[in-house]
Amino acid sequence: MSKTAQEVLKRKTGRVEMRNIVKCFPGVRANSQVCFDVDPGEVHALLGENGAGKSTLMRQLYGMYRPDEGEIIIDGVPTSFRSPADAISAGIGMIHQHFMLVPTLTVAQNVALGQASSRGPLLDLKVVTARIIELAEEYGLKVDPEAFVWQLSVGEQQRIEILKALYRGAGLIILDEPTAVLTPQEVEDLFKTFRRMVAEGHSLIFISHKLNEVLAISDRITVLRDGKVIGTRAAKDVSRSELVGMMVGREIKALDPRPREAGVELLRVEDLHAMGDRGMEALCGVSFAVRSGEILGLAGVSGNGQRELDECLAGMRKSSGGKVLYKGRDISHCTLNERVDAGMAYIPEERMRDGAIREFSVQENVFLHDHESPEFRHGIFLDFAKMRSHAEALVHDFAVKTPSLDTPIKNLSGGNIQKLIMARELSRKPGFLVAAQPTRGVDIGASEYIHQRLLEQREAGTGILLVSEDLDEIMGLSDRIAIMYEGRIMGILDRGQASVEQIGFMMAGVEMGEALSAR
Amino acid sequence: MKNIFSLNVISGILNTMIALATPYLYAAIGEVFAQTAGVVNLGVDGIMLLSAFAAFYVALVTGNLWLGLLAAAVVGLLMGLLMSFVSVSLKAEQGVSGIGLYMLGLGLSSLLFKVMIGTVKTIEGFKPVELPLLSAIPFLGPILFRNNILVYAAFLLVPIAWFVLEKTTFGLKVKSVGQNPAAADSLGINVDRIRYVSVCIGAVLAGLAGASLSISLTNLFQDNLTAGMGFIAVALVYFGGWSPVGVLGGALLFSVVNSFQLWMQVLGVNIPSGVAVMLPYLLTIVALCVTVNRVRQPAALNKPFERGES
Repeated sequence: MSKTAQEVLKRKTGRVEMRNIVKCFPGVRANSQVCFDVDPGEVHALLGENGAGKSTLMRQLYGMYRPDEGEIIIDGVPTSFRSPADAISAGIGMIHQHFMLVPTLTVAQNVALGQASSRGPLLDLKVVTARIIELAEEYGLKVDPEAFVWQLSVGEQQRIEILKALYRGAGLIILDEPTAVLTPQEVEDLFKTFRRMVAEGHSLIFISHKLNEVLAISDRITVLRDGKVIGTRAAKDVSRSELVGMMVGREIKALDPRPREAGVELLRVEDLHAMGDRGMEALCGVSFAVRSGEILGLAGVSGNGQRELDECLAGMRKSSGGKVLYKGRDISHCTLNERVDAGMAYIPEERMRDGAIREFSVQENVFLHDHESPEFRHGIFLDFAKMRSHAEALVHDFAVKTPSLDTPIKNLSGGNIQKLIMARELSRKPGFLVAAQPTRGVDIGASEYIHQRLLEQREAGTGILLVSEDLDEIMGLSDRIAIMYEGRIMGILDRGQASVEQIGFMMAGVEMGEALSAR
Repeated sequence: MKNIFSLNVISGILNTMIALATPYLYAAIGEVFAQTAGVVNLGVDGIMLLSAFAAFYVALVTGNLWLGLLAAAVVGLLMGLLMSFVSVSLKAEQGVSGIGLYMLGLGLSSLLFKVMIGTVKTIEGFKPVELPLLSAIPFLGPILFRNNILVYAAFLLVPIAWFVLEKTTFGLKVKSVGQNPAAADSLGINVDRIRYVSVCIGAVLAGLAGASLSISLTNLFQDNLTAGMGFIAVALVYFGGWSPVGVLGGALLFSVVNSFQLWMQVLGVNIPSGVAVMLPYLLTIVALCVTVNRVRQPAALNKPFERGES
């Protein structure tokens, strides 16, 4: 064993135990009598839906929150962390779902941040850089210490986060949804790193809601639901369906869209070009067509032009070239309103930014667009009675859980907000729907509901462009799958034509012919 | 008219520029610290006013300029603590609390002036110190090296501030809490403490800016002595792209235009004085429109930090 690994082992965190943890926030009991433990050298997965209390539990272990009740015991010694600094010095590291990096600083500066320097108050970036290179070799993490973080890809940024934890001598590393933003191949590389870390004597806590990944990497799996531990199982003797049952509390039906004949062509996109926010071309000649009664899935790692494409179709972003035809009519230069009137609907990716107004009530959010429709007004006055009954009907039909129609929408859960947005968009009976990341951050129950609704729309003859980073969702719902990479469509495949791996290759930029012959 | 561009006049303009730039340098470099840590302190002008009064009054009563300087720094520190308490601990809207601080400084300095001094008096401020050898350099010598100690210190502050921000662990912490406080927090850095310290550094320097006005530049105190200089200093921070060197450039540019218009009036050049006085401010607006580089703006500027919000 190398010298650095021995150093790490010397500081290795032993057995960590959390006993009867209770943590309440106003109106929510986020953790209720939670017991959780990690053995040295173990990968222990924490599985659960959004809002199950996984991150809250781990933030207590990392000193960000203090438990209301319960104990944290490290190597048999009850410990109380006042801040992350205490957790770090106890050998605990955490890699957050949203990376905790300062984009305007270099890799070395990010790693050195908050650490004592060998030169007292002066920075010693040379020493830090040397140590980063050493660690990077030790664990097979390729990085450039001089690069600025804003220049790095998501996968590289994650490596920096891991290095930060290793640099601080963390024996136990908490990973909060580390695979959410990676391609399948990047996930495989990440898992290789995990195995190497475990071999060097680290223990890992892997927070996720992705069953396949949890089963692939973990020794033990603990499932949380509604802030409570449902059970802990050894990964080798538990099945996928048992885990789903534990997470959701009931059986979930597998998606099985009946194949059907697609209808006439609804939307045609020809050689579409558009600029991204940073002034670089984000769409470089995108072409595809969607027919009525068809779901076209658009797969890709986020940031490859999907958002720009959605916005171009919705009329929120100007295209710089090419055409969008809806029912044969060129709508490239139509405003958002004209597109909605023509029968297009849009479920935006950033639902709280583009889909709803946080402070507005549920009812007001239903009428963000339709308040101008003659149906809901008398002259210049709003017809509140009619608006209310319409909003009531939508909330009822789409099973939106809300205390009242006057509750500010920000107080609803992600799943209920999404259901409301969907209700609003579908109530106009659109001919064509763009659904961008419709189930991101949405719990399994609501996801299932949203998927059913999308399939119903398909049955009803609506053409749907489904944009998602979740390959399971894309493969489960789509009639055809388009793969996007760096502003281009790498290829369009029929349902069942390609495996996850092959689509993963194309998401990473491998040409279709090569990807399909790989295997 | 004929002698406007003679060597003497140019030398005079540049000499005045150096002196005029002094309060801007203190105040703006101080504001660089506060803003780099994510806090916009719009109360700079108020701090300058109250400190200018404190320095002047203490110097007038005790006859000791150094005690006056100390008083200005202490007043600056107290105002900085107040600003940090309101905007960091209580998480108040920074723009509004800064304006409040300004109003407090403006009103309190006027009141104290009326009660404690009453009429405009002058004192003998810091005297120019000629640096041996350097001040003998033709043309440049008299411009650069025949100034008082507060002027030299203001220019020395530029490399010192740069060094602190770029080369020390403290500087790295300041930048990180201004760019991504959640990241800093996750590494065990006390975000609020760093912001307190940065705002207070800024406020003490604003205090020195006030002192440099009342006991070095004008050697008097009157109502609203600063006439908005603190706000110009805040603008210079944006102009200088949050870097001490950029701030130096901005302060010199602004001061040279100001000095130019003063000399034009002194020489009796026939332009309306209102237009002349307006020139530097007009230039500031134009320069801000042209140069502000939002990319370098601290991403968490103006945003109070609360753990667990993402």
